[in-house]
Amino acid sequence: MSLEWQVLCLDTLDKEPVKGCFGSGQEQTYLDWLLQAWGQTVIVAGAALVVALIVGALIGTLRTLPGNPVIARLGNAWVELFRNIPLLVQIFLWYHVLPVLFPLFAQMPKLALVILGLGLFTSARIAEQVRAGIQALPRGQRYAGMAMGFTTPQCYRYVLLPMAFRIIIPPLTSESMNIFKNSSVAFAVSVTELTFFAQQAGEETSRGVEIYMAVTALYILSAFAINRIMAYIEKRARVPGFVATTGGGGH
Amino acid sequence: MNKHLVALLVAGLAAGGAFAQANDTLAKVKSAGKIVMGVRESSAPLSYTLGDGKFVGYHVELCERIVKALAPAAKIEYTPVTSANRIPLVQNGTVDIECGSTTNNAARQKDVSFAFTTYVTEVRTAVKVASGIKSIAQLNGKSVATTTGTTSVALLRRHERANGVDFKEVYGKDHADSFLLLESGRADAFVMDDNILAGLIASSKSPKDFAIVGETLNVEPIAIMVRKDDAIKKAVDDQIVSMIKSGDLEKLYNKWFMTPIPPKNTSVNLPMGEVLKGLLKTPSDKPAEDFNAKK
Amino acid sequence: MLDFSIFTPEVFRAFVLNGLYFSLALTAVATLGGILFGTLLALMRLSGVKLFEVPATIYVNGMRSIPLLMVLLWFFLLVPMLIGRPIGAEISAVITFVAFEAAYFSEIMRAGIQSIARGQVFAGQALGMTYGQNMKLVILPQAFRNMLPILLTQTIILFQDTSLVYIITANDMLHGFSTAGANLSRPREAYILAAVCYFVICYALSWLVKRLQLKIAIVR
Repeated sequence: MSLEWQVLCLDTLDKEPVKGCFGSGQEQTYLDWLLQAWGQTVIVAGAALVVALIVGALIGTLRTLPGNPVIARLGNAWVELFRNIPLLVQIFLWYHVLPVLFPLFAQMPKLALVILGLGLFTSARIAEQVRAGIQALPRGQRYAGMAMGFTTPQCYRYVLLPMAFRIIIPPLTSESMNIFKNSSVAFAVSVTELTFFAQQAGEETSRGVEIYMAVTALYILSAFAINRIMAYIEKRARVPGFVATTGGGGH
Repeated sequence: MNKHLVALLVAGLAAGGAFAQANDTLAKVKSAGKIVMGVRESSAPLSYTLGDGKFVGYHVELCERIVKALAPAAKIEYTPVTSANRIPLVQNGTVDIECGSTTNNAARQKDVSFAFTTYVTEVRTAVKVASGIKSIAQLNGKSVATTTGTTSVALLRRHERANGVDFKEVYGKDHADSFLLLESGRADAFVMDDNILAGLIASSKSPKDFAIVGETLNVEPIAIMVRKDDAIKKAVDDQIVSMIKSGDLEKLYNKWFMTPIPPKNTSVNLPMGEVLKGLLKTPSDKPAEDFNAKK
Repeated sequence: MLDFSIFTPEVFRAFVLNGLYFSLALTAVATLGGILFGTLLALMRLSGVKLFEVPATIYVNGMRSIPLLMVLLWFFLLVPMLIGRPIGAEISAVITFVAFEAAYFSEIMRAGIQSIARGQVFAGQALGMTYGQNMKLVILPQAFRNMLPILLTQTIILFQDTSLVYIITANDMLHGFSTAGANLSRPREAYILAAVCYFVICYALSWLVKRLQLKIAIVR
């Protein structure tokens, strides 16, 4: 079985090879399209990660607030809701159902809905990790904060959260890699990201193996890059003399 | 002695293999006692499912009658196919006869064979009446939906390039998905075969909100698909000709296109077009390119 | 605005039930196959023999870097090429899921095996057991019991992931709802019902896992 890498240099419309493999002007080769799809994946995953971190940190913190069962239960409900429905079904709900139920969503561009859907799904998992991180801290930290006269928000901001985030960098690394992989569900709502490209281009050119290999290589490269970036962040953020671990699981 | 047996076995297997490559679907069906019919799940009224493994539609019933005439003892095994996998499945032998909504065109004729055309569709545009769009030129700057894996995708792109009309393409995973894009406003237009558009509009919640407008982008003959260079093609063609002569084909068309059909008991209401009427007088398996002048 | 009336139990039985069986069956087979294959991979990685370690590590890390959707596409393309015969989407899905989940189960089992005190291994060896007997009779049962809640949680995630066979149009529960919604022109209602179904099943399963966790916690 010989591999025909030239397929990447074909023009997407008339399937003629293009010199230099990159199209110019109106032309677009499969290589152009591949990189464009990769860019879309990075945008969707990156934006969704930001949403997930903000919302997840908020919910996770809320779940650790002492003496407030209502909020704790709300946080619990949020996490359970997003964890028990498959991501693909959630994306369908965001894309097809919510714009009909709430006119606010009908105005939003499709990409924003996908980012919200993916971000909120991941936020439930990050909330759990933030909660575990905060609860892994010795209780003395919170009491010390209170003794120093911090209000609860100040206590979280200056004492608890900084250490909690450092603790959960390992599971956050795997969540970042997960969100990059999970962005592939956007194919179902025709966002032209990597998996959508793999499917479309594979069908059009009938050279699935080469196309899939190119896409797989990009996924593996991106996973490696994310891993290295998070390792760099962990090294820079490390507090000397404080080594802590917390459990992580799932995928 | 053993060496001879092995040689005989190998020769037998080789002959068997060669036999399988000779593309004789009818013989394969007769020996297997069953025929695998490729059908679509959501291409009303040509081929769709009522759930529970039951498939109905104009082409499904046509194929059922043809199979009953050609191989009455064979059991029919329905296999759902999609726009993406229907040709590979026929090519590699999983599906013996495909009765869905496949366009007969020159590119596909390199891989498979088509029976005489039994349905002609014109690729047109469905829009919301309220949008006021009446022609393709008015789609400049708007978003147009179509279904992945169909000929409409390439059509749209070529038309876009040739006429300088610039629109955004959105892809639905299947026809219902694409119609949903139009219905929800994510797309301003949906380009697809007129029968699919008519079927989707007829069974939507408010059919009066939609209209099929605009130039005919393409005339496409839709036919039953079988393996290339296979004796079954002539057999199917003969059956189709005899059904045309007896008037049964026209009756079948009217049953599925002009009268109420399951599951919602609404009628598609799409009278037989001129091109198809002409084809019934002189049946042919000419590809789509012959019906459309090169632009 | 939303009209659920069209979804009678009859419609549910006709369109969704087969898909539900497939989703559950796929989950069960992939769990069993994944745990078996995954335990093997874990043992390979912990064996100390480079010949076993390197391929197993490459396999596990590779599977974990690629989205499940891509793996589904790969197997659907490659398996027919390799065995020279076309295969259905459902069979392809089963093979894919066993191979994919094995990587994740192997990580769980590896953590489980490593969490057993070394003293257990030595005790087994002192009793004259071979490596195989030691594993089978002493280590793996303990590891398995320790990891049971995590394994079951992974199974619930697996069940949710079965919805991804959408990309190769296998007939699972989501596909059933999707087809029903398409053919009855109620796609939105179909998606909502699909979400509810998945939620009920997954929530019930995770509640069961929590109860199980309480019962089998080993008191040291």
